[in-house]
Formats: sequence, structure tokens, C-alpha cells
Amino acid sequence: MRLRDVGKTVAEKILSRASGVEARAGDYVEAEVDAALMPDLTALLAFRAMREMGYERVWDPERVIVVLDHSAPASTLRAASIHRELRRLAAAQGFHLYDVGEGVCHQVFAEEGYAKPGMLIIGADSHTCTHGAFGAFATGVGSTDMGAILATGGIWLRVPETIEVKVNGELQGRVSAKDLILHIVGLIGSDGANYKALEFKGETIKALSISSRMTICNMAIEMGAKTGIIEADEKTITYLKGRMSNPKEPVRSDPDAEYLKTIEVDASKLEPQVACPHSVDNVKPVGEVEGEAVDQVVIGSCTNGRLEDLEAAAEILRGRHIHRNVRLLVAPASRKVYMEALRRGVIDILVEAGAIILSPGCGPCFGGHVGLLAPGEVSLSTTNRNFRGRQGSPEAEVYLCSPQTAAASALKGEITDPRGI
Amino acid sequence: MEIRGRVWKFGDGVNTDLILPGRYLDLTDPEEMAIHVMEGLDQDFPTKVKRGDIIVAGRGFGSGSSREHAALALKHAGISAVIAESIARIFYRNAINVGLPAIECPGITEIVEEGETLEIDLERGIVINPGRGLKLDFRPLPEFLRNILKAGGLVPYIRRRRDGEV
Ligand code: SF4
Repeated sequence: MRLRDVGKTVAEKILSRASGVEARAGDYVEAEVDAALMPDLTALLAFRAMREMGYERVWDPERVIVVLDHSAPASTLRAASIHRELRRLAAAQGFHLYDVGEGVCHQVFAEEGYAKPGMLIIGADSHTCTHGAFGAFATGVGSTDMGAILATGGIWLRVPETIEVKVNGELQGRVSAKDLILHIVGLIGSDGANYKALEFKGETIKALSISSRMTICNMAIEMGAKTGIIEADEKTITYLKGRMSNPKEPVRSDPDAEYLKTIEVDASKLEPQVACPHSVDNVKPVGEVEGEAVDQVVIGSCTNGRLEDLEAAAEILRGRHIHRNVRLLVAPASRKVYMEALRRGVIDILVEAGAIILSPGCGPCFGGHVGLLAPGEVSLSTTNRNFRGRQGSPEAEVYLCSPQTAAASALKGEITDPRGI
Repeated sequence: MEIRGRVWKFGDGVNTDLILPGRYLDLTDPEEMAIHVMEGLDQDFPTKVKRGDIIVAGRGFGSGSSREHAALALKHAGISAVIAESIARIFYRNAINVGLPAIECPGITEIVEEGETLEIDLERGIVINPGRGLKLDFRPLPEFLRNILKAGGLVPYIRRRRDGEV
């Protein structure tokens, strides 16, 4: 019980609307889900849970979106069978299914206009928090939770307290949103935002493109957060025009909303950042790890596989060739990204520089599809996790960075500050 | 809902790999998972633990992967509740969803030692160490979470609700 009647955060407002009660941080609510997103490898388990609950069909096929992305096209018999079963279910029940080659579930979901301000989005994938970039409340859950959503459309949630992250100051040349979020993960730590919502705001955030905002919110989970949210603004509305069918009113935090704490970041002084093995919060300025030899460079994923990321890499690689000891793997986040990159000549530049272009999807990100690392190898990757064994052998090492740092390092064969190229 | 049981006490940072190591993730039978519960911390734990026992732990219990296996293994090993200084988000959800009471109770590690008995009142949000006459309050679980626990987890809860029994 509160004595004062203070304002509400975005998270409190969205969960109040979705649950039909006046929800405050710390309350538990039963909320109605606006969209349920599932990638290939967890979807089938959720459907199984749904059936165990006594339901044969999903509660609302219009709100269920399945994307075949992790093992796309299928690289194992098990994955192929999962895909076949999901296609069969989609045909029988009429929910949305995006087949192999369309892209990473989070990119497809956003591009197709499913992510809208004010929505409650639940995904059977931990990086569902990406959609907070549209001013939504978006979070990942396990298979039983998703099964219950498929059955009834409902979920129980604890309304999170919100940590405010205020970012001001202009990002300097070749320092990107990825460097900013790696820096923030380093500050907050891998469990520093457990159960909490993160609200990113300030001039720097406002100046970011929608793609960059997705990069920021994508990594909220790497701090243990339930979601990361950026208030919708004109850019959000412009992005959604032509994609959205039934827009919701953008939801904003009240000026007197209560935050658990506020963290302030000056982006103008930021250097390119690298997360070192084997934890995402082991973040250092690129200068401290420069010269570390790399075997494989990966550009892609729901964190950094969008057009602006490929363009940033191409800008550095144009007319040059990568180091002969390096494999450069590029996985566009979606077919749309791929086609636009083709149209703009970005793919030409990357391929001429020595890159291998993979099919749109998760690619090497989680070490289950292509581009696995041998023991002792080092990967430099624009993805979001560098846990031991994430991209293949447990004896391999994964460093995380921006597309700019990835491209510069691919040229040199070692971790390199992109500002020097 | 009242729970009474003997305490096993663990420290901070008991992650899902310690609760159920990754090599057992391909198991599908929870009883088999239970045979390996907490192996990462104490090889003998699965044979020592008795039905009804309570786990008390420090900060960040259950952090790491989203595997439901960890919560299932504890439940099927007979653990009646996990009460910790803090509990990782996805583990917390998974525990309630498989019918294992999970309680965040700051200060809990200071009022009880291993082998002692605890009494937990989920409804009122009270935990008591009767042997020492100590008592702590925690934020009680809301009614619908208690209903999920009473039903034995989210799957039976939804099934019964569908059949109009809840
Ligand atoms: S790209 Fe990587 S992080 Fe994103 S959904 Fe795919 S596997 Fe997960």
C-alpha cells in the first residue's frame, strides 16, 4: 500500500492496462498478452505444454507468431522434424508462421509491425526484451508459461520496479549503440537489474535510430532485467506507419513516476567497447584488448544484423580485403535487410572484402547452426552472449563488439579500434 | 498453505548449472532429474534429501539458464520450498509453474542453520524457526500464485480452471 499517490512508469502503465487493475511495482497481476512470439526450437515444447493443459488450439491465432530462425534452414534431423511439425500446426490452426530464410524472430516481428507502443509482448526467447525499443513491455519466458499463454492468452507477472538509465552526450565517430549498451552492461553487471525494468532515456537515446534502439533493448536481459523500454516518439510512429494495423496510444512515464534508481551515462566520452570471455559484463575499452588475434568474426543476430550494422561494416571494408587468417561471417537479420543491402551495394562490398553471407536467421550466434568454433579458437562477434561454449567448443573464446570494431578487426586479424582505420 | 520441514542451507549464487548440470538436460523424466539434483554442489545431496525438506539459500538462487529442469529436479527430489535472500527471475517463474513454492525473504540466512526446522506460512508471509523462537516476515504470495501452487503447478491449474474446478 502506498501512502502517496505518485505517477507511474511505462511498465506500471502497460501492465495496469493489460491486467485491468491499478498495478504498481511489486504487485502480481494476471495480464492479457497482446502478442506471443516463438522461435523454432522452443515453440514445439510450448505447444506440448498447451496440450497437457487440455487445449488443442491456440487462444487467438492472430496473436501467435512463430518464426523458424535458430536452425534455418534445418541443420539437424531433429530441427527438420520440429520445423515440419510447426508448419503442420500453423496450417491447421492459422497462426502466423515465418519460414526459414525470413530472418531472426525479433527482427521479423518488428519489421512486420507486430511490435507496437503500449503492448504486452511475451516471447519464448530471452531476447524478447528487444521490442521494448517500440515502447512496449516485452519479456521472455519458459515453455510452460508460453504453453499457458497459447492455451488462454494470459500470464502472471510481477510488476517490476524500474531503473532509469539516462544517456546524454553525442556518440563520437564509429562509436555505436552497441558500445553504449556494452558499457551499460559493464556498469550494471550481469545480475544488477534482476526482475527490474530498465528505462533508457536522454538525448542520446532520442537521437538513435530504431535499429540502434533495438540493439540497446536487446541486451537488457544481459543485466538480468525483465525488459528494457524506450518511450515511443515520432521516430517510432514513422517506423510503424504502413506496418501497423491497430495502433495503441503510446505510453509514457509520468514525470513524478518512482524509479528504483537512476544511472547517468555520458556518451560523448565513450570509446568502442569489447565484452571479454566468458561473461557479458566483463567489458573493457577496445584499447585494452587490442592486438588479440581472432579466427572468426561474426556480424549479425537480433543485436546487430540490421541494415545500419551491415552498412557500418561495409563503410570500413570498402575496397579492402580481410586478413587471410580470418573468416568473416555475415548473417543479415532478415530477408528484408538482405534485399535492401543488396540493392544498396552493401553485400557486394562485403563479399569482395572476403565475407561469407549466410542465410538470414540466427546464424552462428548460439553455436547450434553454422560457423562453430574449434577448441582454442577466438571469435569476435556482434551478438549478445559470450558464455563459455556459446559458439561451439567450450574451449573457444567469444568477444562481443560493435559492427565497426568487428569490421576493423577482420581487416587486421586482431582486435582493432575502428577509429584508427 | 503451511509448510514445515528440515533445512538444507546453501550460500550465494547457486545457479542452474549447480542445481542440475547441463549434461542432464536431455532427460525428460523429472524423477530421473531428481537423482542428480544439486550434484554440482554436493554429490551426496540426492541421497540425503528427504521428502518435505526446505532449501535455504543466499542471493541469486537459480540464476543462469531458463531451463525448467532445475525447478523440476528440486520438486521431484521432495523439496517442499525454496526460501532465499533473492531468487533469479526465470527460476522463480519456473518454480511456481512446476508447483514448487519459491520465496524471497531477506534475512532468512541469519535465522536458521542447516538441520533446523522451519515453518512457513505462505498466506500470511511468515517464516518461523520454532527451535530458536525466531520469526521473519516476507511479502506473502498473492492468492493466484498460491492457487497455482495448490493445484500442483501451472499445467494442472489451467487444466482445472478450464474444467471449471478452480
Ligand atoms: S540471433 Fe542469437 S540471441 Fe537473437 S534470437 Fe537468435 S540465437 Fe537468440
